[in-house]
Amino acid sequence: MSLNTLATLAAEIATGAVRIVDLTHTLDPDFPVIILPPEFGQCARFRMEEVSAYDHRGPGWKWHNLTLNEHTGTHFDAPAHWISGRDLPHNTVDAIPVSDFVGPVVVIDCTQGAEKDDDFELTPEGIAVHEATHGKIPKDAWVFMRTDWSKRSGAAYLNMKDDGPHSPGPTPEAIQMLINKRDIRGFGTETVGTDAGQGAHYAPPFPAHYFLHGAGKYGLQCMANLDQLPPTGALLLAAPLKIKNGTGSPLRVMALVADGAS
Amino acid sequence: MSVLPPPRKSPQQRTTSPTQPPQVRSRAAMALSAAAAEGRFVLQVCPECDSVQYPPRDACVSCLNTNLMWQDVDPSGTLLAQTTVNISVNLYFRERGDWRVGTVHLDAGPSVVCHLHCDCVTRGRVRLINRLDRAGEGVMIALPEGGKATLQSDPQLNALSSDPTHRRVLITDARAPNTPMLAKALLEAGAATVFVGEAESWLPYPTRQALDKVKNVEILPLDVTDTASVQRLAAEIGGKTDILINNARFLRPGGVMARGSTGFASQEMEVNYLGLMRLAQAFGPGMCARTADGVNSAVAWVNLLAVSALSNQPGFGTFSASQAAARSLSQNMRADFRASGLRVMNVYAGPTDDAWQQPVHPPKVAPIALARAIVTGLREGLEDVYCGDVAQDIAQRFRENPGLLEHEVTAGELG
Amino acid sequence: MTRRQTYDGVVLAAPFTAPYTRFSTQSAHWWMAKALRGTLRAAGLRKEQIDGFCASSFSLFPDTAVGLTQHLGLSLRYLDHIPMGGASGIVAMRRAARAVQAGDVDIVACVAADTNQIDSFRKLLGGFSRFASDAAFPYGAGGPNMSFALLTDRYMQDTGATRADFGALCVAQRSNALNVPYAMMKRPLTLDQYLDARMISDPIALFDCVMPCAGGEAFLLMSEDRATALNLPFARIDGLIERHNAHSDDPIQGRGGWTLDIDDLYTMANTDPAGIDLLQTYDDYPVICLMQIEDLGFCAKGAAPDFIRNHDLTITGTFPHNTSGGQLSVGQAGAAGGYIGLVEAIRQVTQTAGPTQVRGARRAMVSGFGMINYDRGICTGAAILSRGDT
Repeated sequence: MSLNTLATLAAEIATGAVRIVDLTHTLDPDFPVIILPPEFGQCARFRMEEVSAYDHRGPGWKWHNLTLNEHTGTHFDAPAHWISGRDLPHNTVDAIPVSDFVGPVVVIDCTQGAEKDDDFELTPEGIAVHEATHGKIPKDAWVFMRTDWSKRSGAAYLNMKDDGPHSPGPTPEAIQMLINKRDIRGFGTETVGTDAGQGAHYAPPFPAHYFLHGAGKYGLQCMANLDQLPPTGALLLAAPLKIKNGTGSPLRVMALVADGAS
Repeated sequence: MSVLPPPRKSPQQRTTSPTQPPQVRSRAAMALSAAAAEGRFVLQVCPECDSVQYPPRDACVSCLNTNLMWQDVDPSGTLLAQTTVNISVNLYFRERGDWRVGTVHLDAGPSVVCHLHCDCVTRGRVRLINRLDRAGEGVMIALPEGGKATLQSDPQLNALSSDPTHRRVLITDARAPNTPMLAKALLEAGAATVFVGEAESWLPYPTRQALDKVKNVEILPLDVTDTASVQRLAAEIGGKTDILINNARFLRPGGVMARGSTGFASQEMEVNYLGLMRLAQAFGPGMCARTADGVNSAVAWVNLLAVSALSNQPGFGTFSASQAAARSLSQNMRADFRASGLRVMNVYAGPTDDAWQQPVHPPKVAPIALARAIVTGLREGLEDVYCGDVAQDIAQRFRENPGLLEHEVTAGELG
Repeated sequence: MTRRQTYDGVVLAAPFTAPYTRFSTQSAHWWMAKALRGTLRAAGLRKEQIDGFCASSFSLFPDTAVGLTQHLGLSLRYLDHIPMGGASGIVAMRRAARAVQAGDVDIVACVAADTNQIDSFRKLLGGFSRFASDAAFPYGAGGPNMSFALLTDRYMQDTGATRADFGALCVAQRSNALNVPYAMMKRPLTLDQYLDARMISDPIALFDCVMPCAGGEAFLLMSEDRATALNLPFARIDGLIERHNAHSDDPIQGRGGWTLDIDDLYTMANTDPAGIDLLQTYDDYPVICLMQIEDLGFCAKGAAPDFIRNHDLTITGTFPHNTSGGQLSVGQAGAAGGYIGLVEAIRQVTQTAGPTQVRGARRAMVSGFGMINYDRGICTGAAILSRGDT
């Protein structure tokens, strides 16, 4: 039965009946990273240093050394990323069961609200509206908040003002609802974090990070192409690098979308 | 002063290769070069018989005391004789045509063969200054006494300075709080264009508005922590960067034990040390190749450093380490650039008037003081400039006794 | 007054000049050998018959006289190396004469030679002396042209000398040089040509400068008895002085060390300026010839320009000077420039000068001046030679 399923899947990928959507931004030195108050440690930007390029440093080959943070570019947050998840079992990327890296994904369309309001909040009511149309969010699914924020570039992406960045995110109530009432696997966004730009001003600060990781859930952020995903029915492949005690990892996020998915 | 820009260079013209005036000096004479790097006129004086010596010696010409001391000496004298060297055996002088030289009898005693400012007259009173030539060695120059003569006011001697006039300047970090003032000062000093490097254009910063208001400033992408970015900009403007001022700096308070990790320290090294190296590797070759490229040839490389590069300041301990690394690298750059005559000028400052040093007691160096020190240093062709009272104080202590300075600083007396 | 020990009983013989060439592909060692061989042949001696050797050269590096002994196969009981440029001949003679007189050695060959390859002048200037590298060469890199230009400028201010005065001296020397087949300068020089020449380092113009070339000069020192036994024409050393770094407090050089010892020289020789039939000065720039004419007592200090105006300096003139044309017209073969006047003077007083012979020359004065170590010449010396048959 399973063998048959995989064979069918392979065939349908080959024919294009199942599309593979790349949800990843290119790792680029110019891609924004989260900015914390400067007295705190900062997220390293992505950097490449040429080790050799078919030259005197290595005549027949080209390669680079990379510098980056676990949380640079499109990346995965493990529970150990936040203080609330620091004592959980299997809370680092190397300890998470690999089966968690493949699973269903629900996409909540927040594009209208995000277009009007940089500080748009995903609330329990917003989730209810989504469910009214697309059905209840199933247990152990990834939930993505689609804002089309990934189409922004340059200064508009972080949208940094004198009072900090402004970008959409979930309210504490919404994220708690997804965790406690829907028992989701993880939460993903197109913005630089799973929290809103102004998330520091919620109680608790950065509620998505706080509650998700406290409950052993995962985060995905800096994703792209969420507009190519159906609200339900896509299968997500999101496997972080196996970094010893890693709290997260840049990764290639992909989704399998069946032809005719709603 | 004329502000007419030089004509554009013919693209068919070969760029002249840099040549150097004679470089060989004895160890004693190199002390003169070290003083010239700071623009000081010093001669050896015998502490036993007060006899003033020149040329530099290893023993007193009057009493054979072998413990001669370099000290500031009255630079006044009389021009005894002069000549214009029309034919030189040295390419550098040949290319520059007639070169004036004179013999000055110093009031302090010795006679000095020296370069002559065009306003000097035979039997007239002159004062000597000691400056670096394009070989990076100290040379004596006679200026008319009392006058306002400068290196710039003599076409021959202007080659010894790094005058910003008509030159195109790159300031590497638009985000640094001193950048608008530096850009303004360089333009006021005659620079044709000031390029300003801007990292992370996705992140707004307060000095941008001020920079936008300065005419002849061009903001271009540059992140000194990103090799590809540095190489891209060098590919774009490396051939027309005549003066590079590296003011990129990462600074956080704290020493080894206050820091829980090497995180900030690695950022300090990335920006302050490796950033300098990336700039040197990307811009150095092009600038070195253009040091004889006419009126607006490449002329100087300026590093803004903290004076804690000389001796670690524990309150900014790991930052100081990065400054020491940058200083050491600048010495390496001097050696590598030497054949080209491209001058590396280090401008050392004590605490600067900016956010990270807000809790530090004054005196602090304001951007305008830094800007003035840079312009003066360039005009005088200096290699080491100590800007502000703190930097000058530390430099003096460093010259006198580096070990003692370390004890003073680590005991907190100068912290 | 101090009366210094005379050099009685010591004589000079077998003067030899290895003809100069503008450039040479050969080494200094080659020119040394050529000059040594020439003086030995002139004396009819084999090299095994000499037991003393004194060398002067700028281009022997890394060798000194020591290397030459093995290179040239000389076994010696006296070996000297005199690196004193224009004073080398006088100083070499002084050292060797005293050694011969004391019986330390029998025959000393004094040789000065240098090669001149493309660029060797430039290389010599760059490393000439520590003070020059530190404090003269970085200023326009004009070498001795620049140094003498400064001295000349000062001399002209102080004495009222004009370029025409220097020109007269140069024109006379050129006239003398036309008798010398290997002279670098083979055409007559007029005063107008001198005055119109291009500036090198003002007031030094082209014809104030010597032409660097390759060549060698040599002579032998021995006892009068030995010279007589060998049947060689010889010159006696009537007087000989040497002085280094005199008047170091003078802010700029206007006189040389001769002034300190000139009375000794005349006393030793028992003569005075009027008793001198011809003068060979060290002439790498005319100003220094004028200084020598003053300091050696031929006129008062500062009066040399006037002296030049009132004398004919050619071979047949009232004051025969640099009779072989000197370095200004024959060329400067490095250290041999410190020998050229001395070797010519030996020829003159031994009546073997041929085309340059001054009629009736019985007593000659030779002067040396060497080494612009920084801003002035350091080494000075002078000798009075006389005919051996008197």
